[in-house]
Amino acid sequence: MISVDKELCSGCGVCPDVCSYGAISLVGDTAQVDLDKCTLCGTCAENCPADAITIEREETGSAAELDQWRGVWVFAEFRNGEYAPVVFELLGKGRELADALGEELCAVAIGSGSRDQAEVLGNAGADRVLVADSPELEGFSEDVWARILSRLASEQKPEVILAGATSMGRAFLPQVATMLETGLTADCTQLEIRAEDRALLQTRPAFGGNLLATIVCPNHRPQMATVRPNVFRAPSMDFEDSGNSGRQIEIDEIELSPEDLKSGVRVVERKVEDLQGPDLANSQVIVTAGRGIGSEDNLKALEQLANCLEGAVGATRAITDAGWISHHHQIGQTGATVAPKLYLGFGVSGAIQHLVGMQGSEIIVAVNKDPDAPIFDVATYGIVGDVHEILQLLLQRICKGAGQTGG
Amino acid sequence: MSVNYFLTEEQQMIVELCRQIAEEKIVPVRAELDRNEEFPWEIMKDLAQADLFGLYIPEEYGGLGGGTFENCLAVEQLAWGCIGVTTTFAASALGGYPILLFGSKEQKERYLPDVAAGKKLVAFGLTEAGAGSDAAAIKTTAVDAGDHWVINGTKQWITNGGEAEIYTIIAMTDKHKGARGASAFILEKGDEGFSFGKKEKKMGLRASSTRELIFNECRIPKDRLLGRRGQGFIVAMRTLDLARPGIGAIGVGLAQAALDESVKYAKERVQFGQPIISFQAIQHMLADMATEIEASRALVYAVARTIDGGVKNFSKLSAMSKLFPTDVAMKVTTDAVQVLGGYGYMQEYPVEKMMRDAKILQIYEGTNQIQKNVIAQALNKEYAAK
Amino acid sequence: MNIIVCIKQVPDAASVKWDREKGTLIRDGVKSVINPFDYNAIEAALQVRDELGGTVTAVTMGPPQAEEAIREAISLGVDQGVVVSDRAFAGADTLATTYTLSKAIEKLGGADLVFCGKQAIDGDTAQVGPGLSVRLGIPCVTCIGDMEVLEGGKGLRVKRMNEFGYDLVEVEFPALFTTIASLNTPRVPSLKGKMRAKKAKIPVWTAEDIGADPDRIGLKGSPTQVASTYIPTFEARKEMLEGSPEEQVEALVERLKGAGIL
Repeated sequence: MISVDKELCSGCGVCPDVCSYGAISLVGDTAQVDLDKCTLCGTCAENCPADAITIEREETGSAAELDQWRGVWVFAEFRNGEYAPVVFELLGKGRELADALGEELCAVAIGSGSRDQAEVLGNAGADRVLVADSPELEGFSEDVWARILSRLASEQKPEVILAGATSMGRAFLPQVATMLETGLTADCTQLEIRAEDRALLQTRPAFGGNLLATIVCPNHRPQMATVRPNVFRAPSMDFEDSGNSGRQIEIDEIELSPEDLKSGVRVVERKVEDLQGPDLANSQVIVTAGRGIGSEDNLKALEQLANCLEGAVGATRAITDAGWISHHHQIGQTGATVAPKLYLGFGVSGAIQHLVGMQGSEIIVAVNKDPDAPIFDVATYGIVGDVHEILQLLLQRICKGAGQTGG
Repeated sequence: MSVNYFLTEEQQMIVELCRQIAEEKIVPVRAELDRNEEFPWEIMKDLAQADLFGLYIPEEYGGLGGGTFENCLAVEQLAWGCIGVTTTFAASALGGYPILLFGSKEQKERYLPDVAAGKKLVAFGLTEAGAGSDAAAIKTTAVDAGDHWVINGTKQWITNGGEAEIYTIIAMTDKHKGARGASAFILEKGDEGFSFGKKEKKMGLRASSTRELIFNECRIPKDRLLGRRGQGFIVAMRTLDLARPGIGAIGVGLAQAALDESVKYAKERVQFGQPIISFQAIQHMLADMATEIEASRALVYAVARTIDGGVKNFSKLSAMSKLFPTDVAMKVTTDAVQVLGGYGYMQEYPVEKMMRDAKILQIYEGTNQIQKNVIAQALNKEYAAK
Repeated sequence: MNIIVCIKQVPDAASVKWDREKGTLIRDGVKSVINPFDYNAIEAALQVRDELGGTVTAVTMGPPQAEEAIREAISLGVDQGVVVSDRAFAGADTLATTYTLSKAIEKLGGADLVFCGKQAIDGDTAQVGPGLSVRLGIPCVTCIGDMEVLEGGKGLRVKRMNEFGYDLVEVEFPALFTTIASLNTPRVPSLKGKMRAKKAKIPVWTAEDIGADPDRIGLKGSPTQVASTYIPTFEARKEMLEGSPEEQVEALVERLKGAGIL
């Protein structure tokens, strides 16, 4: 519970200001917490200059018990016959974390056919690979995947488990965490080890990216996190300079009992759709169309630009609702959340529902005719101007051989 | 600060719900419906799901037992979204009123529950090519053929024609009796000899369906006679009296939407270095629009409440509650286009459609000139009685 | 058939303004609304009920005013609802939340079918649905974009959407599904529903009422803790590129080259 020491509180007014939940107000000269609004996030206590606010947390896990959990695991998502790109990004990061802890890095692969390609996980930095491979693991079943991973974790006790925040990772990691009665932080964008207590500091965007929150899981193991694709860099897979070539890795194949494979989820058909261009989640560059794009001709020019930047096409809801492009391309609250290296918005006004889906982008370029469009508040570079004109100039400048299209 | 009309909790709910439907379901698709002249079936389903088709129908037939006022509150908010859609909805009530007012218990039990549930739309058929304002000139006939009626003739410009399942129409049963020779009938889609003519192309109100009803030796059972034989014009006049405040309310809603667009635009649009709302020429237009809308609303609400209070003869009041708000709607939507200037004339902005739509309000369910006749006749009678 | 839909009241994204300097929400005039994905969950629950019969119960965990969310759900056609509210729940992470919800569902007599929105737009974790399914001991399929009732009403056949397209998946009841926007078009409230919602008695259950273990709820039952929060810094943000369109584009190309993108 949270408490304010009336003696210490100076009524300075810092805490009501920093509280994101509007839960603190000054009554007279003392801070008062509205417990219906407070989420005990601790920001106030951290910022209180007089140390007047305390949040009592009971320590439950014993140090000795926690100490038995060692090593870093990366869930190696295997789908459609290959390991997902995010797996290698996680192995790169996992290697750093494992080295900081002085422990091994283990990749855990589940899926039919995952064994045959398991060596690549070693090349990406894993010391050991646990593989659960069976023809029956062809279609993804949340319950089976969760059961296998949680069983392995409770037997082998890793201190950290990372997985991609993909549709698969987000579907079954929460089940694993619940089975293990431990914490799970979703959609992390930063991970590091706090040296003094070996804690995994898991940072994720909160409030649509307006705030970053660092989460810890001090009294439970394993410490689990899902990580957004495209956040960490994958290690070089080149044998010459990765330092991983010729490294001995251990590959353990997991025995699976019929009990392990029993599922309430039956996959009857798998459909891989032909998406228009690269998908949003895996693109470093996203060129986005907003309502101000004006015409479908401009949309074509925008697609051309995305094409030569090897990027994906994004859209605001107004554009997808208008039927100009499929809903797969929608970015924002009811669409995808993206964080590419470069986001280019054309005619995007910047409604909050859209901003929450793209604010994490590294460089945001906004082109809009309205100088007061809210998108400019989050843009790295802003251009007030005619969408059509700027698009055409960019095409000429960036894309070799691109001329005027569609008037 | 808006006028306090002292709505009950339930009336407030009707307003909120209809506004929500207008904002979420109607506004996003209205331009497309208008462009494609598309019948708004999806929205009709939403209105059915929301129980709105049962608004004026007694609870014993599955409705909510509301009155004219509740109906006005509903259509005003829907009209704020699109009057083409609203007319489709309101025309179903227009077709349903004759059954409610004059139907036998059996007829009510047979038709009203489906109407209240929104499972079946209704249409009202009075107008003919040669019988517009002069309703007594109708040529459609119904002949008593012993165990059934035989109907011949053509109704024109019937809202919901072809889409509705149930039709209440007026036909001459005794030509020589003149106005007393008309009777009302219930027809069902699929009746033998009953078909539909072409769908009209219209200036506005393009989401609504307007078609001919064609009766060619159309045979219907005896029990489809609505009210007594010879009562047809009374059925029509009572129905129209009851429906007219609703048309006024549609005008109020439409005008309010046009004002909302105008003020929003006037605040955003900068000319000569300032928002155009700071210019007196614009201010005075907006002030007139707002005042006339509020006066229209007050009139519609007052008349609707008077009708629900149980007065007998309200033709004059009902005519007034249609006349004034619909003239205001025409003026306000025209001024809205003026406030938006060149943008107002473009289809990209909604006021262009609003102005096109508004015109019908001065024409249908009795032209505004006919409303003045009704009002003047009532004045003549009232003053003679004194 | 006992159908449960879990909903959450969240700040309306459209009315939330953010003070970037202070890193706080400007809460003035912020309305609370039902989490957008939860409307799809409610609609899904109503559709199954309309087809197979049964009762839809909406459950929400939150402050006492979350009963507004339950009333709205009832106006949409949900049969009944309950608010699970207790100061002891404060600080709950997803693990404590799923425990709490599962205890409430237990008190409701269990569930044949549970729908949750894919994620709440204020927390964005997408963890409560799958976590809850483990507590209830039933299978879970996330992010369903389409559904139909299986022959004989035994379960659902759903499209589980993923990065590549979808998997067509069959699950028998009891089961839990999380919903996304493309699953359905949520219905509007009905007048009768609104009237029923107005009059409905919404029970508020405390930790004690649901027989929750005090060690497993709220802050105490939450393994994760917020260690710190900070405002992301965007150095040299918002540079407006001036000049003629040609100059603007040139300036942009230069900067993107500088950032190693071009």
